[in-house]
Amino acid sequence: MSSTTSTPPDFERFRATFFEECAEILPELDERLSSLHAGEVDAETLNAIFRAVHSIKAGAAAFNFGPLVEFAHVFEALLDKLRDDRIQHSEQVFNVIVRAGDVLAELVEAARAGSEVPRAFGADVAAELKELLAGTQDGAAQAPPVIPQSLSTQERGLRNYRIVFEPHSELFRHANEPLLIIRELKRLGDLNVECISSNLPNLASLDPEDAYLSFIFHLSTSAPYASLAEVFEFVDQDCLLKIEVLDGADEEEALEDSETLDDENEPKSAGPSPAGTGARIGIPSAVQTSKGATSIRVDLARVDRLVNMVGELVITQAMLAQQLSDQGGGQRHQWVQGSEELAAHTRELQECVMAIRMQPVRSVFARMPRLVREIATKLDKKVKLVTSGDQTEVDKTVIEELTDPITHMIRNAIDHGVEDADTRLAAGKPKEATIELSAAQRAGNILITIADDGAGIDRQKVLQSAIAKGIIREDAKLSDDEIHNLIFAPGFSTASVVTEVSGRGVGMDVVRRNIAGLGGRIQIHSIPGKGTRFTLVIPLTLAVLDGMLVAVGKEKYILPLASIVESIRPDQRQVRTVTGGAQVVAVRGEFIRLIPLHRILNVPGAILEPWKALVVVIETENGSKAGLVVDELIGQQQVVVKSLAENSEAVSGISGATILGNGRVALILDIEGVCGMPDRAAPLESCSEFQIPDCDNNPAMRAAQTSTNRPRASQPEEMRAGA
Amino acid sequence: MNAALAAQIANTAPSAASSAAAGVKQFISFRIGEEEYAIDIMAVREIKGWTETTTLPNQPEHILGVMNLRGTIVPVFDLRRRFGMGLTEAAKSHVVIIVAVLDRIVGMLVDAVSDILTVDSSEIRPVPEMDRSISADFLAGIVSVNESMVVILALEELFSRTGNEKSLQEADEPQSLQ
Repeated sequence: MSSTTSTPPDFERFRATFFEECAEILPELDERLSSLHAGEVDAETLNAIFRAVHSIKAGAAAFNFGPLVEFAHVFEALLDKLRDDRIQHSEQVFNVIVRAGDVLAELVEAARAGSEVPRAFGADVAAELKELLAGTQDGAAQAPPVIPQSLSTQERGLRNYRIVFEPHSELFRHANEPLLIIRELKRLGDLNVECISSNLPNLASLDPEDAYLSFIFHLSTSAPYASLAEVFEFVDQDCLLKIEVLDGADEEEALEDSETLDDENEPKSAGPSPAGTGARIGIPSAVQTSKGATSIRVDLARVDRLVNMVGELVITQAMLAQQLSDQGGGQRHQWVQGSEELAAHTRELQECVMAIRMQPVRSVFARMPRLVREIATKLDKKVKLVTSGDQTEVDKTVIEELTDPITHMIRNAIDHGVEDADTRLAAGKPKEATIELSAAQRAGNILITIADDGAGIDRQKVLQSAIAKGIIREDAKLSDDEIHNLIFAPGFSTASVVTEVSGRGVGMDVVRRNIAGLGGRIQIHSIPGKGTRFTLVIPLTLAVLDGMLVAVGKEKYILPLASIVESIRPDQRQVRTVTGGAQVVAVRGEFIRLIPLHRILNVPGAILEPWKALVVVIETENGSKAGLVVDELIGQQQVVVKSLAENSEAVSGISGATILGNGRVALILDIEGVCGMPDRAAPLESCSEFQIPDCDNNPAMRAAQTSTNRPRASQPEEMRAGA
Repeated sequence: MNAALAAQIANTAPSAASSAAAGVKQFISFRIGEEEYAIDIMAVREIKGWTETTTLPNQPEHILGVMNLRGTIVPVFDLRRRFGMGLTEAAKSHVVIIVAVLDRIVGMLVDAVSDILTVDSSEIRPVPEMDRSISADFLAGIVSVNESMVVILALEELFSRTGNEKSLQEADEPQSLQ
């Protein structure tokens, strides 16, 4: 919170922090509202919603965002009554609240962007809120006890507290109000309030915006200490606070309670939480009289620096280890042992540091229910979103990049995948479609799945559309997988009418590029009539790669280990040449096309014949295989990925670089890129870009280029016939 | 000589900033073959002896490759080749000047670094038409120093992100690698 005497740069920073916090609060609020909407009504949810709106209001007031404060104030008032059971729960009430949540989010966005809010905006919702509020003045609505108490779930006797609360004079300016605190305390139990007015000056010198009054509260409650501390959460910086337990023997219990304090915005109850937001990071904290901070905000740049330095450490340690072994360090037992210990510690340090940047995908998933609601309503379809695995952790940079792709795919699923109600009923499906969004960790990757129970991908339609757009030739024969992958082609869209929601044809290729930019890939699995499932496979850590060092000529390259299937030294008989000079190798009945790296990367002095060299079989994004011809495998090693793009232009086939133990730079191959270089289903012009001498001079090779938009691992006979 | 020059640069750089107001500019001059060139001293980050680079595949010949500059991957350009005067037979005696230009750090391979020039802006002339073997875009001017001509390079044009493929020659020389 800023004070009125802040210098502008500081103010900007506080302002930015407020919006950052809103960005965290709003998706959570949304999630809670969705639970409400879905019928999960309990004290904890209502409390969480109230707190969220209250936080936003408090911050907004500090920065004078008029319309936002006004609206939030009314909203908060209704929520307060609601959680106190002073308003009857009904579908209508919840409806208004959900809409109010949307209005609030819009107002926050407008405040952030500094744009003008039209006067009438949200006025209808505000009016409804006020109406509901007014309706409760006369007599409390007696609702049957619908809400289970989430507080005091343990058998605990009443405890007596003596709380001294002395606000600093700026209390009001920081949008705090002792009356609210008193009200909150009253909710916790029996409250006796003593007011100390000795600080009040005479009327002439009184500043109405200063806080002069202090209070001593005597509270008798069975609520846990945590709830008590929470009441003063917002004012802890602005006051002198002392909470004493008056029944001596129970001091330990008070201590025990404070240790179950969790993150902000999480319900502080010690009992099981119905909304099930998953595991908490329980960091035991000492007794505190204000909110328990189990996390701190850290500037991302500092974390990045830390990650970089640890990366450098890994490289240096590798260098040392190499030099030691070069020196025949096996002689000096202690050195070797020390070196191994260093390696182990460095690895662990790296893991710890990487973990700092990991965050649960929940923050991304939390925005989706609202999205689904909006789109389903717009398209007049009934859709339900089921999420799972939202505790799965991913690197922060990946989280930010995930929102757009997931949003787009959900849009597509609802727009294209989900059939309208009648079609679904006719097919024996429930009227309401289900979209499953899940995240899981597997083998060093994070898998994010978006699955729908819609109509599946219409392969005929996709083929027709691709042919019409000239993406593939008419007589091209594609496997089901390859047809599915056509939707990633730039400019592709089967929507006959471009809806406002999707179908602009700029979507899926951008999605794939985004995911590829994260080092990941997208897999498609679709059954006509049953549904479609997209799986995003994204590596867990981007900065460190498990690689295989290979030699081609006098150059060394790193191949990502995850892409390698096997390596073979083929017999001359296993290698067949097809028209135009391209070669394939027969492996257990399958024909895999060979990619001679020395030719693609223009490396002199390499072994030319595949049967005298080594073939590394790799698997690409869409599951197709290729064999990279290298001179030899040098060894497996973990490398720290360095950015090439920072200072250089993009190089085809190269995704990054690393520094080897000897200080030299080694390039990391981009498997997808390499596979695409000489053998794409594209016009000839692209061939010359890569300066492959054969291509220009060999007409047969040219012919082979245009005929290779076929499944690559098919019979060579077919290829020969087609040329 | 490099170490001494480097030390000199460290000492003079601040004064370059203060004398900028007076219209005085400072440059580092270097030699490629028989020609002298110069670049703005403020762009120069370091001067290193030549070390082997890792080749980037399928790139124009004037991009020698990349080197490891204390953990950062920096591309190295053969200026002689860039100016169409043939490849440099890089050896230990050659020098790589590390410059910061636009948003990146690049290295330029030259024969040797010559001097620090302090020149008044009024002395800088545009390059005359007939003398140009290099396209005008990359030349910021020419200045006379001790009766020899030093060509001042426009670094931002030379190393703009999209400019790498552009031919630098006025005359359209057929290149072996296009």
